[in-house]
Amino acid sequence: MSVEESHGSPRKARSMRTPLARVRSLGASHSGTSDFWRQRITAVAMALLIVPVIVVVLMLLGRNQAGAAQILGSLPIAIILLLFIIASAWHMKIGMQVVIEDYIHNEKLKLASVMANNFFSIAVALASIYAILKLSSGV
Amino acid sequence: MRGPDPCIHLSSREDGLPVKPGNDTEKPQRQHSMVEFALPKNSRITGGKAWPKPSGATETREFKVYRWNPDDGKNPGIDTYHVDINDCGPMVLDGLIWIKNHIDPTLTFRRSCREGVCGSCAMNIDGQNTLACTKSMHDVKEGAVKINPLPHQPVIKDLVPDLTNFYAQYASIEPWLKTTTPTPQKEWRQSHEDREKLDGLYECILCACCSTSCPSYWWNSDRFLGPAALLQATRWVKDSRDEATGERLDDLEDPFRLYRCHTIMNCAKACPKGLNPSEAIAELKLKMVERQI
Repeated sequence: MSVEESHGSPRKARSMRTPLARVRSLGASHSGTSDFWRQRITAVAMALLIVPVIVVVLMLLGRNQAGAAQILGSLPIAIILLLFIIASAWHMKIGMQVVIEDYIHNEKLKLASVMANNFFSIAVALASIYAILKLSSGV
Repeated sequence: MRGPDPCIHLSSREDGLPVKPGNDTEKPQRQHSMVEFALPKNSRITGGKAWPKPSGATETREFKVYRWNPDDGKNPGIDTYHVDINDCGPMVLDGLIWIKNHIDPTLTFRRSCREGVCGSCAMNIDGQNTLACTKSMHDVKEGAVKINPLPHQPVIKDLVPDLTNFYAQYASIEPWLKTTTPTPQKEWRQSHEDREKLDGLYECILCACCSTSCPSYWWNSDRFLGPAALLQATRWVKDSRDEATGERLDDLEDPFRLYRCHTIMNCAKACPKGLNPSEAIAELKLKMVERQI
C-alpha cells in the first residue's frame, strides 16, 4: 500500500511526487559545517575563559563605577571580558538558530525568527562590548 | 479512501512526550507551523477490548497491544490479551503469534526470520524500540507486555508502520560502490585493515528502530536523513574501494540532512544489533571539518 492509498488527505498535488523526489527535495545546501565548527570553537573558548571571567566578576562585586573602571582599565582584564562576550554571543546565536530550525516548521516564521535572532545577538554583543570599552577607557 | 488519518500512540518511556504522528498524506508533514506536543484527535487512544483469559491455562502473561483498523473509522485502542506461556515460546514475537493463532487472527504485524536478521518485527516494546523476535517477554519486568508500533510513523494497520520515507532516505544515500576506474578483471581489492573499518556499520538490518527513536527525526524526518541512513552513508564514505567519497560528503553536507543530529544517542540505545549510529554520524561531521581545515 502506498502512502497515498493508506492516508486519504487534502494535498493531492504534492503527494504525487515520488518518495525519493521528496527526500532529495531542493538538494544539499553544502553548508552547515562552518556553523558546526564555530560552535565547537566558541564552546572551547568559553570553557577556557569562564574561570578568569568569574574571578573578574567576583572582583567587581560591591564596587562603585570608579572601582569597576579601575579594574577594567587593566588591558588583560578588558581583553578577557571582550573575548568572552564575543565567544558567548556567537555561541548563543548559533545555538538559538539550531533550536529555531528544529522546532519552527513554517518557512516564513522560521526566516523571521532567524533574522530576529541575528539582530538580538549582535545587539547584545555590541551593547556589552561598548559597556566594557567605556568602563575600561574610563570615559 | 477514508476520512481521518491514522497515527500512532507514542509509548512515552523514551522521551516523556506525546508526539505528533505522521498523519499527513505526504510523509513530510509540514501543515503546522510548530512542533506539536499532542496527538491529533483522531489519533488519541480510546478504549480497547479486553479479551478473556484462555481456558485451561495455568500461567498467563498479559499483553497490551496497540490496535488501529483503517476500515472501521474508530480511534486507535489498546487491546488486552492473556498468553498461555506454557504453550508459547519465550520471545515477544512468540507471544504475538500465539495471540494471532489462538485468540485474535485480525492482529496485524510484520515478521519473517524470527531471529533478528531481517528487521521486519521492529516495534516499540515496553517503551523501547526493538525487535520482537529477539526481545524476551520475561525481560519485561513488571506488569503487562506493552506493544506499540514504531513511534512517529504513519500507521497502516495495528503494529505495521508505513516506512516509505525511511526507505527512500536509504535509497537517497546511494548505497552501492561507485567507481570511475575501470572494473578490475577479478575484484576490487581491500586490505584487512580497511575492511575492518566497516565493522559496526555493515551489520545494520534497516529495521528503523534507531531513526524512529530519534526526537530530531520525529520533528524533521522530511529533511533529516536519520541515524539509519546516516550510518549507511558512513559505511560507504569509509569504504576504501569507493571513489565517490567527496561527492557523498557533498550530498550530506546540509544543516538538515546531517546537522539535525544533536547526539541525543537514543539511536545507539535502541539498536537491536548493538551498533552506534551516533558515533558514525560524529565521524561524518569530523570528515566534513577535516576537508575544510
